[in-house]
Amino acid sequence: MPVQQCRAWNRLPPNPSLFNINNYQITIMIQCKTSKEISGMGHSMKRKEDGRFLQGKGNYIDDLKLPGMLYMDIVRSPYAYAKIKNIDIEAALKVPGVAAVVTGKDLEKYGLHWMPTLMSDTQMVLPTDTVMYQAQEVAAVIATSRYAARDGREAVRVEYEVMKPVIDAHKALDPDAPVLRTDKPGKKDNHIWHWEAGDKEKTDKVFAEADVVVKEHMHIPRIHVSSIETCGCVADYHKVDNHLTMHMTTQAPHAIRTVIALVAGHVGLTEEKVRVISPDIGGGFGGKVPVYPGYVIAIAVSFLVGKPVKWIEDRSENLQADSFARDYHITAEMAGTKDGKILATRFKVLADHGYTDASANPSKYPVGMFSICTGSYDYQTTYMEADAVYTNKPPGGVAYRCSFRVTEAVHAIERITDRFAFEIKKDPAELRMQNFIKKEDFPWHSPTGWIYDSGDYHAGLQKAMDVVDYYGLRKLQVQKRKEGKLMGIGISTFTEVVGAGPSKDFDILGIKMFDSAEIRVHPTGKAIARFGTKSQGQGHETTYAQIIAEVLGIPAENIQVEEGDTDTAPYGLGTYASRSTPTAGAAAAVAARKLVDKARKIAAYLLEVSEEDLDWEPGKFTVKGAPEKVKTIQEIVFAAYTNHPQGMQAGFEATHYYDPPNLTFPSGAYICVVEIDKETGAIDIKRFVAIDDCGHIINPMIVQGQVHGGLTQGLAPAMYEELLYDEAGNILNGTLMDYLVPTAIESPSWETGHVVTPSPHHPIGAKGVGESPTVGAPPAIANAIVDALSPYGITHMEIPITPFKIWKALHDRGVV
Amino acid sequence: MNKEISLTVNGEAHTVSVEPRLLLVHLIRENLNLTGTHIGCDTSSCGACTILMDGKSVKSCTILAVQANGHSLETIEGVSAEGQLNPLQNGFKQNHGLHCGFCTPGMIMRATELLASNPNPTEEEIRWGISGNLCRCTGYNNIVKAILHASATMQGLEPASTEPQFV
Ligand code: FES
Ligand code: FES
Repeated sequence: MPVQQCRAWNRLPPNPSLFNINNYQITIMIQCKTSKEISGMGHSMKRKEDGRFLQGKGNYIDDLKLPGMLYMDIVRSPYAYAKIKNIDIEAALKVPGVAAVVTGKDLEKYGLHWMPTLMSDTQMVLPTDTVMYQAQEVAAVIATSRYAARDGREAVRVEYEVMKPVIDAHKALDPDAPVLRTDKPGKKDNHIWHWEAGDKEKTDKVFAEADVVVKEHMHIPRIHVSSIETCGCVADYHKVDNHLTMHMTTQAPHAIRTVIALVAGHVGLTEEKVRVISPDIGGGFGGKVPVYPGYVIAIAVSFLVGKPVKWIEDRSENLQADSFARDYHITAEMAGTKDGKILATRFKVLADHGYTDASANPSKYPVGMFSICTGSYDYQTTYMEADAVYTNKPPGGVAYRCSFRVTEAVHAIERITDRFAFEIKKDPAELRMQNFIKKEDFPWHSPTGWIYDSGDYHAGLQKAMDVVDYYGLRKLQVQKRKEGKLMGIGISTFTEVVGAGPSKDFDILGIKMFDSAEIRVHPTGKAIARFGTKSQGQGHETTYAQIIAEVLGIPAENIQVEEGDTDTAPYGLGTYASRSTPTAGAAAAVAARKLVDKARKIAAYLLEVSEEDLDWEPGKFTVKGAPEKVKTIQEIVFAAYTNHPQGMQAGFEATHYYDPPNLTFPSGAYICVVEIDKETGAIDIKRFVAIDDCGHIINPMIVQGQVHGGLTQGLAPAMYEELLYDEAGNILNGTLMDYLVPTAIESPSWETGHVVTPSPHHPIGAKGVGESPTVGAPPAIANAIVDALSPYGITHMEIPITPFKIWKALHDRGVV
Repeated sequence: MNKEISLTVNGEAHTVSVEPRLLLVHLIRENLNLTGTHIGCDTSSCGACTILMDGKSVKSCTILAVQANGHSLETIEGVSAEGQLNPLQNGFKQNHGLHCGFCTPGMIMRATELLASNPNPTEEEIRWGISGNLCRCTGYNNIVKAILHASATMQGLEPASTEPQFV
């Protein structure tokens, strides 16, 4: 079992004088079309949502209190796999304040003891006879206060008959492994699905004939998003009008409403009787996409007792039971020529899904977008296959700030590319430059069927190399190696695939993955805009306003953005997988353009000219050749309510449901420089330069903030985070004491920059950015560490790369 | 067996009857309805619940309400008048030191003591100073910048540019 390192070990005193942090010219990349007053795209507008957060006036789920509200706490299983012999609730019911204890048998009476997962698998809400993972919900205690509910939880006695669990995914398909999903009729093994892409025959042939073939096994560890706010809800059912308002921490309120109606429609909670409100969310990162049993139990209890029920999980429950991310065992192979041309790749994946496949992936893609694994390189031969298995671990997996398994794919291709460079003794930067898809080859058709929209990978890597002084560092490395010091430089040049997605291929439970915007402009020229997405910190209240400001010329300050209430916002699939800007952001731009069209008609009427005689710039129409004849957008909007042309509808509003024609493909070139202390294995990140291409930038300040945050969440699995289980299925680090979320000490000072290749198919040329750094950073860090250790023949290290693992690798080779 | 305690919160005196086991953070959030102080963990690890007790930053999930008897507390709601931002709050806003905002009140309360005891900290001192507070969103760069910004403003100096610096 790997040993977790102590936080403080991992950072040596900084010694920047060794590294030439050159004063690279700060470039002004953004040309703003609008004035600062309007603050359209390109302005680093300060965020509109900050005021309430800074003053302690945010509106998070646990801040909500309703009259008569009850509190729910959950009894959880201490065992990974066990039969429930008996649940004794008598003592619990005697605890002062306890109102009820709910078990699976109680829910079974209403058919609410199970629910579908987003991948059309099934999941227990509460078990009727068997528990399938440690920390699984076993019973719920309802009480008049938080403390009474916890007292009641402690008083519930459950008798278990412990069974031998399947924990190691590699053993899940052994012939003697117990079949876990006996609830699925006819199930004879623990296999969930098989998926493949590419051309097996052609790939095998290229591999058989290639000069150079390299291969590594890698595990992308099971990790947890651990947003600082945990999950929770207040289910508020009113018997009188048979109506449920579900306040909950969800990234996808509309989809959740539909899911609730699907699960509980048979007891009368049909979709028009359900309102989902997602208040301010304290971080999501994919962890707030799924429906967890706690939500459903709270709804069931509120439905039965007719009172609001609050459920807020604590951190340990969140870490131990809520959806994990990753947990892919990958074998990656690359075939190429001796002089560095990549010819083919081959990937084999074993996916550990835990007790049920509760991934949050588009329906057609059980392996998510893993088939982007051919990366940024120009070759046409690949084959990948993936198999998923059940184990006695919590179900998942969600994204952890990434677009559907892209991180796993990027780690595989970027590590194996470095491995190939090492094998043929070629500089990894030069090998990448040699193999990149060229900018003139976009749109580029990948061998697994993706159509990359745009990119300039050479420019990105060149810029990163210039900023970091790549060749200077390589010289320094030679010198340091002579002194017996360990220094490494790691590169990751990744391509992401985000913005799901085009309706022909992308749906969740059959619902197409469009997203929506509705803009209403009031008579005085101020607007409200509503969206089907839901910000969890990304700053939608500001960036969406800026998109509309860019198109319409109404100051962003005067555009109120609202999301998260299914009664008021148009239907949309929510915020995850960097899809908000590519889908809802696009919808905002298109809806605003519809308004410009209407404005033109009104302006022509007011100015008594034909529409063709008008020139538009955001905010006003002028008459061609007579620039003194002007109508501002505010005057036009006022006229839409007070003096609109006969035959035209009054009012000034537009809605658009945007179905993207393609996905967007952000990319990046990251370079990480590390020093490693030989004696302790401690890793010091000296530099980390991230050059991103997310297309046109809406708000540079927010984009940079997203990159910083994403980089730290890339650092986390590279060096710190992994959910660990023992053979009995006990979680070994299920609290924030030992699950190491990076602090400001571990997190280096990030250096960020951009190249811009606009997405050709997106209305404002944007691509999405929130997750690129989480996707791109881990292999840059791993490659840097392996590069530092490579003089000792080390070709791979499993993430999280801890000082202990390094020390052990060096010790095993007799270095220390 | 409830116990009566008296304490001052944001300058206002309160006398409340509490269970001896009640955590201070629950007193603040549930009894006093000051929900700006957040809860992010159950192991004293995250710092989302940080407040000031007699001017010292403390994790209010790690203190019993009865231990606050006779003490003076300050929470995020007390650091500025409604609708106004103090230099730290403004530093966070100007430098994009918050995304989801969940860690922010704790960060600001921690930074308040940090700047009171060390008005002109280095980046390294700030990083160590806030290392008891977790932020999952920002990657900390801009939180450090925000605190440096406040430090400059509070000393009457010109803070560094708040425009994002790209390489
Ligand atoms: S809630 Fe107090 S430290 Fe996390
Ligand atoms: S801003 Fe979200 S946790 Fe810090």
